[in-house]
Amino acid sequence: MAKPKKKVTSQERNEFIWGWIFIIPTMLGLIILNIIPIFQTIYQSFFKTGDFGRGNIFVGLENYQKMFGDSQVWQALLNTVKYALMEVPVSIIISLVLAVLLNRKMKGRSVYRTIMFLPMVAAPAAVAMVWRWLFNSDFGLLNHVLGTKINWISSPDIAIYSIAVIGIWSIIGYNMVLFLSGLQEIPGDYYEAASIDGATGFKQFWHITCPLLSPTIFFVLITRIIGALQVFDLIFMVMDRANPALIKTQSLVYLFYEYSFRQKNQGYGSAIVVLLLILIMLVTVFQMVGQKKWVHYN
Amino acid sequence: MEAKKKIVTAVIHLACILVSITMLIPFLWMVLTAFKSVPESTQVDPFIIFPTVWRTEAFSVVMENMNFLLLYKNTLLLIFFRVLCAVLTATLAGYAFARLNFKGKNFMFSMVLFQMMIPSQIFIIPQYIMVSKIGALNSIFGLVFPGLVTAFGTFLLKQAYMTLPKDLEEAARLDGCNIPQTFLFIMAPLARSSMVALGIFTAVFAFKDLMWPMIVNTEKDMLTLSSALAKMQGQYTTNFPQLMAASLIACLPMIVIYVIFQKQFIEGIATSGGKL
Repeated sequence: MAKPKKKVTSQERNEFIWGWIFIIPTMLGLIILNIIPIFQTIYQSFFKTGDFGRGNIFVGLENYQKMFGDSQVWQALLNTVKYALMEVPVSIIISLVLAVLLNRKMKGRSVYRTIMFLPMVAAPAAVAMVWRWLFNSDFGLLNHVLGTKINWISSPDIAIYSIAVIGIWSIIGYNMVLFLSGLQEIPGDYYEAASIDGATGFKQFWHITCPLLSPTIFFVLITRIIGALQVFDLIFMVMDRANPALIKTQSLVYLFYEYSFRQKNQGYGSAIVVLLLILIMLVTVFQMVGQKKWVHYN
Repeated sequence: MEAKKKIVTAVIHLACILVSITMLIPFLWMVLTAFKSVPESTQVDPFIIFPTVWRTEAFSVVMENMNFLLLYKNTLLLIFFRVLCAVLTATLAGYAFARLNFKGKNFMFSMVLFQMMIPSQIFIIPQYIMVSKIGALNSIFGLVFPGLVTAFGTFLLKQAYMTLPKDLEEAARLDGCNIPQTFLFIMAPLARSSMVALGIFTAVFAFKDLMWPMIVNTEKDMLTLSSALAKMQGQYTTNFPQLMAASLIACLPMIVIYVIFQKQFIEGIATSGGKL
């Protein structure tokens, strides 16, 4: 259907002018701070930064070739995935259970919520410092309480799990609050109807809560996976450079920081961060496809 | 039936109390260690939970070595300007994207969405190069730089404006308000709660940011609380009372503000985070 050509009204012209005036600060900022840098980083990944920061030498795919043959990078990828596979499911299950428990009128509800959310407002640098102290193998509280002598953060086999524990502890309250607000949107009549039909407790949880909460669960899952794949602060603060377990715990972002800002090899650092970008894109696409199978939007 | 209900409630409280204790122990241990002496903190046999004497040595040493007033000031300025820039630019752009029709709008908004999907580390090297080229390393502007605008905030505010009723705007226009007036006097005040949410969200994450402050501001006087803690850790690895005292000083203001405004904090972070 051909639209009749109409004259540009003054309202339309005003909306055009003001629309652009309103978005121009944001768009200029985004283009300069984000959009151009994406291409610059990809471009940089084809260069080798000269010694002592002198000049850039085009090396083509050399950084990528080096990366694919670099066991440290593969190990970092594995560490990152391991961390995500620990942190995300465990924190989501615990916080989902807590949210279901707290989603009722009860005494102390807001006190519990406030306490559980507390790690969210603490600086990760401080959180990592205190956990490092709790994990200390000689004088740490944890070994004392358990009566053990475990090297929580210097044994290459378990250090990544210890770091995941800190990650889980830090994020439970946040996930729980997101689940709580999702739960509050489920109408109470569903539960009443289910009670009349004799479904209680776990049956209600499984047949009503889970499907109706699945959009929230999906959302938390996707944002948490992406967040966990970018883990840096905890590892940076907990692991000394001399720590024998460092190689088994350093994440991709840690390596990115190490190469880009400590060893000043920005070309190689860029190649690593491009790998991270691809990884996160894959997860996003995979989840977008997968969600159709198990998320129920009404 | 009543008895069963009571048991269920008791079990729920028990579970919540256990989790709450787990959440609090690291903070308590931070406080307890900070008031101990070094030998006390590393004493194993017998293990000491409470300091025999509550000493403030660790605090005075740490405050002498680190200029916390300056660190607070830098962190506060970082938070202030990040919040100001984020709320201001996102409010304007969010309104235009939600309520105005203009050519190029959809393409521009797809750029906003695109930015939200990209991991932020990919921007860091070019942003660092830009800051160093304009000679803004070791400055407050350098700290604020990546947060001058926010794609996420723009998205959040757009969602907020979209839920507001259309009639208000039309009534304002019929009364002779032009677009900036309608925005300023009618619409923006109605989106206030979302602006507050974005502000709190931005503030907390600016406070927690570690990598960027470490990269751009390396001079002792230009560190933030987080990056100063990171630097300190490399220097005194075994003096636990001092490490804990510094952590406590760094975290306490935010925790106090959080406890006072906990409802706004939790809602602000959850409603923003829930739309990320």
